Amino acid sequence: MHRDNRLAYWRANLRLLAICLCIWFVCSYAFGILLVEPLNTIRVGGFQLGFWFAQQGSIYLFVALIFFYAWRMNHIDKEHDVHED
Amino acid sequence: MSLQALTYVVVGLTFALYIGIAFWSRAHNTGDFYIAGKGVSPIANGMATAADWMSAASFISMAGLIAFLGYDGSVYLMGWTGGYVLLALLLAPYLRKFGKFTVPEFIAERYYSRTARIVAVICLIFISFTYVAGQMRGVGIVFSRFLEVEVTVGLIIGMGVVFVYAVLGGMKGITYTQVAQYCVLIFAYTVPAVFIAIQITGNPIPQLAFGSEITGTGTSLLDKLDDIVTSLGFNQYTSGSKSRIDVFCITMALMVGTAGLPHVIVRFFTVPKVRDARLSAGYALFFIAILYTTAPAVGSMARYNLINTIQPGEVGAVDGNLRYEQRPDWFRTWEQTGLVIFDDRNGDGRVQYYDDSNPDFAGQAAEYGWQGNELVVDRDIMVLANPEIAGLPDWVIALVAAGGIAAALSTAAGLLLVISAAVSHDLIKGIFVPDISETNELRAGRVAAAFAILIAGYLGFDPPGWVAQVVAFAFGLAAASLFPVILLGIFSKRVNREGAIAGMLTGLLFTYGYIEYFKGLFLKWAGAPWGDNVADQWLFGISPEGIGVVGMCLNFAVAVAVSARTSPPPERIQHMVEHIRVPRQLDSEWIDAKDPPR
Repeated sequence: MHRDNRLAYWRANLRLLAICLCIWFVCSYAFGILLVEPLNTIRVGGFQLGFWFAQQGSIYLFVALIFFYAWRMNHIDKEHDVHED
Repeated sequence: MSLQALTYVVVGLTFALYIGIAFWSRAHNTGDFYIAGKGVSPIANGMATAADWMSAASFISMAGLIAFLGYDGSVYLMGWTGGYVLLALLLAPYLRKFGKFTVPEFIAERYYSRTARIVAVICLIFISFTYVAGQMRGVGIVFSRFLEVEVTVGLIIGMGVVFVYAVLGGMKGITYTQVAQYCVLIFAYTVPAVFIAIQITGNPIPQLAFGSEITGTGTSLLDKLDDIVTSLGFNQYTSGSKSRIDVFCITMALMVGTAGLPHVIVRFFTVPKVRDARLSAGYALFFIAILYTTAPAVGSMARYNLINTIQPGEVGAVDGNLRYEQRPDWFRTWEQTGLVIFDDRNGDGRVQYYDDSNPDFAGQAAEYGWQGNELVVDRDIMVLANPEIAGLPDWVIALVAAGGIAAALSTAAGLLLVISAAVSHDLIKGIFVPDISETNELRAGRVAAAFAILIAGYLGFDPPGWVAQVVAFAFGLAAASLFPVILLGIFSKRVNREGAIAGMLTGLLFTYGYIEYFKGLFLKWAGAPWGDNVADQWLFGISPEGIGVVGMCLNFAVAVAVSARTSPPPERIQHMVEHIRVPRQLDSEWIDAKDPPR
C-alpha cells in the first residue's frame, strides 16, 4: 500500500507538472515568440498583442503559475498523506 | 546642493541603512549567519531573494538594451523571469528536502563521487566568474558617472568598494539587509519611471503607460516610436531583427540558466519547509516582476526621449537636429565618462543620430547631407541617464545611482560568497585538505573572492559585450552544465556517476568553447575571439548568448547515453531519490519495496 501510494503521489505530481509546463511554454514561447506576428495583428489598447505577451503578459502568467502550482501541490500532498507536520 | 553632493548624501544614507541593519540583526542572531531566511516570513525572504537576484544587469543594463533592441529585448524579460517557474516546479522543493547547503554537495551525494563534486565546482566557478565580470562593468559605469571620471577609473573604485563590502564586511546572508536593498532598488527604479510615464502619457502606471497615447496627440507611444525610429533607418521597435531560432534559444538558455544558477538555488536550501520552497519562489518572482514589467516601459520611454532630444525637428530638415553647442547637461557629463561620444562627421555643428549600417537608408541619408552616424550612446547608461534626459529633479537622479549600486553590490556579494564557499568548503575542505582549520578555511575563501574580483575587473576593462550580454553567457554556462544533472538527479533513478560527469563536462566545454571562439571571454590575451561573430558562421544560426541550449541538450544526451551503458547507481542512492521526492520524512518501511530503476 505504501509503495502504491508513493507511486500514485509521484504520478499526480508529474501530471500537474506537465500541465503547468504546457502553460509556461504556451504563454512565453508560443505567444511571445513563435506566434508573435499573427498575434501582433490584434490590438489591445496601444499594444500589439504578441509584443504585449513578450514584454508583459508572460511575466504576469509566470507569477500566477507558481502560486497555482504551490497551491495545487499542497492539496496533492494532503490527499496522499505525505505533507509535512 | 549640487547633483554630485546630493548623490554622495543619498548613497551614503543607503549605505548607513544597510550597515545599521547588519549590526542590529547581527547582535540578535550571530549563530545563523549563513542560514538566511530561517524564521523569516516568506514575503521578506522573497524580497531578499529578489535583491540577491536582480543585479546590475537587471537594474542598469536591461532597460537600456530593450530601448535599443525593441522587441528583441524580450529575450531578457521572459528569460530572466520564466526560469523561476522551472526552479519552483522542478528543483527547489526537492533540493530543500535533500537538505544540504551547496550545489556541489548535492551532486557529490546523488552521484556518490568526489570527481563529480570537483567537476561541479569547476562548472560553478566558470559560471560565477562570468557573472561577476558582468557586474563589475555595471559597478564601474555607476561610479564613473557620479564621480565624473573615466569609466576605467570608475571600475577600479568599484572593485575597491566591492572588495571592502563583500570580502571584508561579510554582510551577505543577513536577510534584512537584503530586504532594505530590495526596497531601495525598487523605489529607485519605479519613481523615475512613474515621473516619465506621467510626463509622456499622463498615465502614472508605467506598465500601462507605454501602451497609452502620448499626451496631446492621437497616437500611442509604441506606434509613434515605430514611426520615428524607422524614419531614421532603425528597425521597427515592436518587431525584431534577430532570427526566430536565436530569440527562442536565448530565451531558453536564460530561463534554464536561472534555474541552474548556484547562488539562486542555495536560497531554497535554507527555507524551513518543502512547501515554503515552492511558495518562496513565487514571492521572489512577484517582487522581481515589479521591476521586470517596468523595464520595458522604461526602455521605450527612454528611446523616445533620447530621439526627441537629438532630433527635435523634422527628419532631414537643415535645422531638425540638435546643435552640439546647445547640448543639454546630461550630454556633457556623460561625455566625460567616454560613454557618450560625438563626432561631427559632416561638420555642420549638429548631431545626427541614425542607423548608418542600414543599406536601404543610405541613399536617404546622403540626400539629407548626413555623412554617417555621429552619436554613440553606450547602452548601459540609459537607465542612469534616463531621468536626466527627462529633466527630473536631482534627488531622483541621486536615488537611481543609489539603486544601481545596491543592485550591483548585493549580487556581487552573493556571487563572491558562492565562489569562496566553493573553493574553501567544497574544494579545499571537502577534497584536498579535509582537516583544514576554520581560520584557514575562511582565509582561503577570502583569497578566492579577491582573486575573483581581480579577474572580473580585468574583464570589465575590455568587456566582451554589454553588461546584460556578459551575464547572459553565465546563464548559458549554467544551463549547459549544472541544470541537466540536477534535474536528472531528481527525476531519474537510472542516471549514474559516469553519466553525470561526462554530461557536465560535455555541456560546459562545448558552451564555453563556443562563447570563447565567437566572443572571447577569459582567453582574450591568447588571441580570442577567433571566429567572426556573424549569423552565417553560427551553428544553426544560434548566437553565443543562446548556445547554452545546445550545450544543455548535449549534456542530457551524453548523461543518459553513458548511464545506459554503465552500471546503475547503488541501491542506497535510489532510495535517496525516493526520499527527495516526498515532502514528509519517510520511515524505512516506505522504501523497502524494490522498484525497478527508472
